[in-house]
Amino acid sequence: MQYPDQLRYSQSHEWVSADGKTAKIGISDFAQHSLGDIVFIQLPEIGASVKAGDSVCEIESVKAASSIYTPVSGKITAVNEALNDTPELVNQKPYDAYIFLVEMSDPSEMNALLDSKKYAELCEKESGAH
Amino acid sequence: MNIKNTPIYESHLRANARMTDFAGWNLPIQYTGIIDEALHCRKSVSLFDTCHMGQFSFKGDIRKSGIENAFCFPISDIKIGRCRYGFILNGIGGIIDDLIVYRIAVDELMIVVNAATTENDFKTIGQDIAGGCEYKNISDITAKIDVQGPLSRDLMAERFGEQIRSIPYFGFMKMNIMGRDAIISRTGYTGELGYEIYIDASAAAKLWDSLLEDERVKPAGLGARDILRLEMGYCLYGSDIDDMTSPIEADLGVFVVTDKEYRGIRGILQQKEQGVPRIRAGFITHSRRSPRHGYRIFHDDAMSGEITSGTFSPTLNSGIGMGYIDTALAKPGTKVVLSDGRVSIDAEIAEFPLYKKGTARNK
Repeated sequence: MQYPDQLRYSQSHEWVSADGKTAKIGISDFAQHSLGDIVFIQLPEIGASVKAGDSVCEIESVKAASSIYTPVSGKITAVNEALNDTPELVNQKPYDAYIFLVEMSDPSEMNALLDSKKYAELCEKESGAH
Repeated sequence: MNIKNTPIYESHLRANARMTDFAGWNLPIQYTGIIDEALHCRKSVSLFDTCHMGQFSFKGDIRKSGIENAFCFPISDIKIGRCRYGFILNGIGGIIDDLIVYRIAVDELMIVVNAATTENDFKTIGQDIAGGCEYKNISDITAKIDVQGPLSRDLMAERFGEQIRSIPYFGFMKMNIMGRDAIISRTGYTGELGYEIYIDASAAAKLWDSLLEDERVKPAGLGARDILRLEMGYCLYGSDIDDMTSPIEADLGVFVVTDKEYRGIRGILQQKEQGVPRIRAGFITHSRRSPRHGYRIFHDDAMSGEITSGTFSPTLNSGIGMGYIDTALAKPGTKVVLSDGRVSIDAEIAEFPLYKKGTARNK
């Protein structure tokens, strides 16, 4: 399982990469592995205002449907259209296949997210609980 | 309740399978990936560990023993070497289980049932059997490995002898495999040409491992099995059929006769005569979104039924499902919306099998 050091992670298994006020968001290797074969992603609406912790879109695997939450507040400025036709990119390269971008209204929210070490511990704990 | 391991458990762990509790058994849900495994079975050969299923043996006079009364389909006219699919019912015509009866000899049967219902089935069938017969639950000593896929006949013939090629659909053959008595049958639940090997449980792991040595063969887990059976429109007991569902409602009336006595026949006769208000139907969605168990079925905004199983079909590249809908609406092409209150999916009713290229019945 990979947890790149340069990223931050939410408790609900999204990863965030911040560049200035823009946050790029996807789901972690642990999340894609737990979901299994991903077959559909309903991308969020561009322009929507979101608050950290909001459910912003749906992801479906062969096994189940789940929500994706935004780890930061702001406005959704872009979505990864490639996932409409090839949602399996999230299985193949979870850290390249971002799902949406947020123009952050409060970049300090990044500080509340987990670093890779703490996130790896969380995943280990959740794996053990399964 | 303790979760049981099949004799093949260690092999699954070595193959890095993801395991899950299914009907009280530790079984692989997937090895490499559910979609890969389902597609492999449609084009090559897949192995399924079905050791959790139950088997009973019966020896005695079939006509005089009373065992005929346990089944809603005739068993005394099954030819030796042939199998028949059907049900045992409760007093109101609800399905206690779906099963396959094997006619081993004039006075000998093997009955193959679902894992979760094994104990209850054994008791229920036993109630109909008079003394003087031999009736045993042989589930613990019998392993079952399913070999499914269009290339399975070649593989099985190369491995166990050319006579395998003569086994007809819903037929079987007794053989000696690895020094043990075994039965090889041709029923299956994937829609593909396929075989089931019944063998002493102590030989199962070695047989499994040796079958996997062939490069055409891959193991497949419960996830792939669920996709394959749903694509064919086959029911999963406990999800799509249960003791509150009759074979008529399940649109499986073809497996039920009305000219013999058995438990539940009055309910069946009444339903055949008066019709049923709801019936099982298949659904294909207009997207890759899949309905799940419990989704409601809406037609013209009115709640008209409920989904019992759903998944993504990699061969149809869309969501598929089955469920019960008002009988008047159960026509292929009827437009419906499937919803859990949060997600709504456009779909239409489609004829079974949803996947139409299965090789199971190939000569």
